[in-house]
Amino acid sequence: MQIYLPIAEMSVHILLVLGLGGSVGFLSGLFGVGGGFLMTPLLIFIGVPPSVAVGTQAAQTVASSVSGVTAHMRRGNVDFMMGAVLTAGGFVGAGMGVWLFNVLKYAGHIDLTISVGYVFFLGVVGTIMLAESVPGVLKKRPAAVALAARGPGRHMWMHGLPFKMRFRRSKLYVSALLPLAIGWLVGLLVAMMGVGGGFLMVPAMIYLLGMPTQVVIGTSLFQITFVTAGTALLQATVNQSVDAVLALLLLLIGVIGAQIGARLSNKVKGEHLRIMLGLIVLGVAIRLALDLVIPPSDIFSLGTGEAAP
Amino acid sequence: MMRVFLVLLVLICAVPAKAQQVPLVADLSNHLVAITTGFSGTDVLLFGATDGPGDIVVVVRGPARDEVVRRKGRFGPIWANSDSVTFRAAPTYYRVASSRPLDEFASETLLARQQIGLENIRLLNSDETLPAVEVTSFRQALVRLKTDESLYEQGLSDITLMSNRLFRTALHFPANVPTGTYTVEVYLFREGQITAAEIVPLTISKIGVGADIYDFAHGPLAFLYGLLAVLLAGSAGWIAGAVFRRV
Repeated sequence: MQIYLPIAEMSVHILLVLGLGGSVGFLSGLFGVGGGFLMTPLLIFIGVPPSVAVGTQAAQTVASSVSGVTAHMRRGNVDFMMGAVLTAGGFVGAGMGVWLFNVLKYAGHIDLTISVGYVFFLGVVGTIMLAESVPGVLKKRPAAVALAARGPGRHMWMHGLPFKMRFRRSKLYVSALLPLAIGWLVGLLVAMMGVGGGFLMVPAMIYLLGMPTQVVIGTSLFQITFVTAGTALLQATVNQSVDAVLALLLLLIGVIGAQIGARLSNKVKGEHLRIMLGLIVLGVAIRLALDLVIPPSDIFSLGTGEAAP
Repeated sequence: MMRVFLVLLVLICAVPAKAQQVPLVADLSNHLVAITTGFSGTDVLLFGATDGPGDIVVVVRGPARDEVVRRKGRFGPIWANSDSVTFRAAPTYYRVASSRPLDEFASETLLARQQIGLENIRLLNSDETLPAVEVTSFRQALVRLKTDESLYEQGLSDITLMSNRLFRTALHFPANVPTGTYTVEVYLFREGQITAAEIVPLTISKIGVGADIYDFAHGPLAFLYGLLAVLLAGSAGWIAGAVFRRV
């Protein structure tokens, strides 16, 4: 059965959308990631305009992060102060991202920017994940996760920055500029690439800020919830690019897939999960990179609806 | 505007010859194509009658819009869009059907004047400094890409003539058809000249829930639409989390 997506202005087979939502939801539950980095390229691949894919994905990420953040809040794993500062930076980044997205769209470079962005970020993150997990599995010992040397005695350039703030839950006294900058970059990615940005924020919080690992996930989900909500709102108001029908369809089956994935993840070794996720992330990056370098079958393309106003 | 004027002119000139008898009548089975939630393309039947032998040509034009055609080039190892041409007021949809191949009964000058045929669509290039060869290749690309999307077509849905009087053809509108006001022009050709013409309007619009959502999202309440979408997504996530916690 075909279903007409009112904002994307295209008709797709309902099973295709449900299949996408279910499988990406399953993977996101299994690996504990947002899944936006898989969903946005897949939506563009099936013909959804890039702006609608990014805007819709932002709305959809709200759903998955809300259910995650409520679970973490119950366990007290959210540093609200840190979350608020990260969110403030995220809003600025998202606002700039939406603006930059439109500039690039009218210049005809948005597809390229999205692809290059994905290749770069996923390539780096996938490589780090594999580099970290593979030796651990091969030598049958836990990977060296304790890279983040915390506590007194470590002094880096960023500790000299002004506007220091105390973050009680994280037991940190650092410059507010640091979480603001991290939040800003994540907001930019949300608005331009349709990802939640957790893959970037979590390592940055552990290694750069030195936050305790138990509050990292909850706090990052807190930021993602508000920044994706803000981005979706902005995209809907400025670009009219949030397809509620598409988001709802992806959501309905996605939450079920995520729960099944989460159940299954308890039965698989953490190290193996990280390797699998690393391979998927790297696979998407390589696939997108190949599309950039392989000579296109048709060098001409229609920039539908992209004529500058 | 000019085109409509010409058609009217032809009509006025043609009618007095046979004062009472109308040489050409045509109508559509449906003047409104509704894009509903389950829309996957549709056929509209065009039918009509003539007062004698002749060739029938049907031209369907969708609403005009600026179309950007981009060309990729190589930048180091990667391929990226390099240059583009904007064609002003290009028809979003264009279809020609005829009872015989066009070149068998109509002169090229006449077809060009009436913009009949894919090569005769008037496309105004916004950049006048561009060399003609370049414009031609971009123009061909536009027609080819539009044809690939089934939005431009020539000759595939040909016209069936019955006893030289009655004719009919099915006009296909694919799932990705743009909305707006369409014109269906019907021409009667005799001895290489247009002896009669008729224009039938056709509206393609979104109807039902999809249309309401579209209007809501594009209207003055776009912010409210976004807010509702976010709240809907947020509460869906919250409910899912709460439900599955108990299972």
